[in-house]
Amino acid sequence: MKETKMKSILVDDMFLTTDMTTSAGSKMLDGYQSLITSAAITRAEAAGYTLAMKAPVGEFGIDLLGETCAYDSRPHNQTLKNLSAQMLWSGDVMGALCLDVNGYPRRVAAQSALVCLKPTYGAISRHGVISVAPSGETIDIFARSTDDCRNLFDAVTDSALKDATPIRRVALLTSLDTDMNVEVKRNINIAVSNLKKSGIFTTYIENDIIPAAKSAWNVILCAELCKSLARYDGIRYGHRAESFSNLDELYANSRTEGFGDLVKAAILYGSDVLSEQNYQTVYQKALRVRRVVAEEFANLFDDFDAVLLPACSQMIYAEGDLKQDKFIAFEENRYTAPATLAGLPAVVAGGVQLIGRTNAEHALLDVARILAGEER
Amino acid sequence: MKYETVIGLEVHIELSTNTKIFCACSAHSFGAEPNTHVCPVCLGMPGALPVLNKKVVDYAIRAGMMLGCNINRTSTFDRKSYFYPDLPNAYQITQYFSPIATGGTVEIETANGKKSIRIHEMHMEEDAGKLVHDIKEGLSHIDFNRAGVPLLEIVSCPDLSSADEVEAYLERIKTLLRYARVAECEMAHGTMRCDVNLSVRPVGCDTLGVRTEMKNMNSIEAIKRAIEFETARHIDALECGGKILQETRRWDDVGGKTVPMRSKETAGDYRYAPNPDLMPLVLDADWIESVQATLPEFPEIKRQRYMQAYGLSLYDAEQLTRSISFCECFEAATAVCNSPKDAANWMTGEVMSLLNAQKMTCDMLSLSGEKLGELIRLVMDGKVGRANAKIILSTLFENDNLDLFAYAEENGFLITNDTANIERVVKAVVDADAKSVADYKGGKEKALMFLFGKCMKELKGNCDPQLLRKILCDYIAKS
Repeated sequence: MKETKMKSILVDDMFLTTDMTTSAGSKMLDGYQSLITSAAITRAEAAGYTLAMKAPVGEFGIDLLGETCAYDSRPHNQTLKNLSAQMLWSGDVMGALCLDVNGYPRRVAAQSALVCLKPTYGAISRHGVISVAPSGETIDIFARSTDDCRNLFDAVTDSALKDATPIRRVALLTSLDTDMNVEVKRNINIAVSNLKKSGIFTTYIENDIIPAAKSAWNVILCAELCKSLARYDGIRYGHRAESFSNLDELYANSRTEGFGDLVKAAILYGSDVLSEQNYQTVYQKALRVRRVVAEEFANLFDDFDAVLLPACSQMIYAEGDLKQDKFIAFEENRYTAPATLAGLPAVVAGGVQLIGRTNAEHALLDVARILAGEER
Repeated sequence: MKYETVIGLEVHIELSTNTKIFCACSAHSFGAEPNTHVCPVCLGMPGALPVLNKKVVDYAIRAGMMLGCNINRTSTFDRKSYFYPDLPNAYQITQYFSPIATGGTVEIETANGKKSIRIHEMHMEEDAGKLVHDIKEGLSHIDFNRAGVPLLEIVSCPDLSSADEVEAYLERIKTLLRYARVAECEMAHGTMRCDVNLSVRPVGCDTLGVRTEMKNMNSIEAIKRAIEFETARHIDALECGGKILQETRRWDDVGGKTVPMRSKETAGDYRYAPNPDLMPLVLDADWIESVQATLPEFPEIKRQRYMQAYGLSLYDAEQLTRSISFCECFEAATAVCNSPKDAANWMTGEVMSLLNAQKMTCDMLSLSGEKLGELIRLVMDGKVGRANAKIILSTLFENDNLDLFAYAEENGFLITNDTANIERVVKAVVDADAKSVADYKGGKEKALMFLFGKCMKELKGNCDPQLLRKILCDYIAKS
């Protein structure tokens, strides 16, 4: 492997650059040329990394495997998952920055035996990244090893805060008695036994964080997406319909043509939960659940240093599974929603996910070495 | 039946900060080329994040304090959604759920006496761009220079009951916010805009009638006409058994009437939601106190002080306190010349007439008070005559950096009191006008003034009047 490649990285198509177009996987932003560059890329470059390429992304980063990308002309047996993983495994890049709106980078990492760090909310500047759900989205770091992941994270983070409390006690969030995918269960079992072998106390704690977080995040994600994507109206940039006879038609036709089905569904749902009738009963309730989930995590962190759970509910999808049922994106995000909703850092390694206290990225990466099998 | 009108106002004020509310673009683009004061933030480009301008918060706190509002320690920014081409993000960033200030009162005075108007709340928000319609080309252009300019919205309680009260209320807000130097509040420039909520009910009735909201009034005059029109329309409808719809109406200034814009049924749902790009604004006690410490004296208090400490008349005190620029100039001049009465006379006399001559308002005064004080001092010390001082003042009006003494010297405005020269001039004038001398000696006082004026003119005003008078009388007595 050449030295130059050691420090080359890729970003997904949510990151704005002035020398390449940025489309967020959407026809709405076809050929969009940005005036600004993502702060994270600028920081990485200042630390000696070079940007090798931009990887396609599912439309506005909300689907699970990138299948809704408007520019995905690759053959069906080659998903985005494979592309990022290939680039990392081949050594063409040593790291990747991806916007985590709905958990897709963590899912890809789990399915490709890669390491993915979802930092504490706000630890890496979102300036210059196409925003979808600003209250939860983070820039995730993808790499083959925990060391590569740590180095890239240290290069791009704005945060000097570090919770260095070592992880000695871990709470398992999902009961292994439940009806769980065999491979997912196997990964969890391996993780638990590896942690125990390393002297880390691990035990199952009964709770309802996962279903509560999933429902709340879906409401908040769609509400914020509907606001964030409202600016794509065909007026100043992006796709504009060719035929319209008045202003309303200009908006409606441009947006109808520009957005894909999953994004449209999210916009409709988001508009609905923010309507006068539903604001109190749905949106505000989701905000309350968010506080409750954060409190539940805080309670767990009184007794434990980290929380273990799967990163996805199945390791392999039949091709087109996600394409057929768009709403699966709002069902299958249940394991990634808790950390996103609570703004907590999480690391995916060895196919499982470990959530830590605010600013505990380094402590999480230390344990990720065990989960990834880097320490034997 | 007798009816009364119930009015509440939503007043939008453009804050006069240098930069916009969420980016570093200049907020002053009056007369600038379209779309030259814009950046990715105020254009709503992807990936651009808003950063709150601290100055806007300072100004909002100042304004809130001037209007007696409670300044809320925590306030939030929210997104108000609607699609219109001049709104780049398709949502306006405003404070809906927790505004920066609540409560407060504005005291007004009309021919019917004094009244307190309660403020419901006051919040910060961003302005939108402007559409420019080109009818010839059949195109609409958008200018985003105004997008992101900071606005303050002041929402009153429905405490107003006439066009005169509305005018007094707006004038009062204008005076106070100009005193605080946070806004220009000029309707003609669009730096003050006002929406009127109006309903009518029979006198004695304590429930409110159905209200309509009126927009698009571009002057106080238009607001007064709109209120009168709308009140009559409501009363007509009630008298004839008709029904008033809750709706928004647009003022048609040419037609002198209001026309429906949208009814409640078709009104948009703004789908307000918190803005996660901006953290809640939390003000600590130090911040609030530091703003409080720089708050100006209220006009009434200044007026009292001018009368008590400086011995000015009520009329002079009122004239001076009409604008903060005037007050500051007067106070600076007084500090230099040490004579409040002289300073007041110059301000209400010469300075005012110079402003009038140039069709400027008191607020537009940019005269240096220190220089004015120096000039007054020169007159008081008998170094420059009053007539010449007026000429110097008009030059000073154009050029604030003028070196008064050098200028007076160059132009021969300095009083020399060269007795020999005065005697020479007096001799020449008196000798040439035997008739006036005879008139004076015959008892006509006016004839002496005539001769005095002639001498002064010859001397170009550069003479101590007392001295001239003495030499003149002495010479006439001798002749």
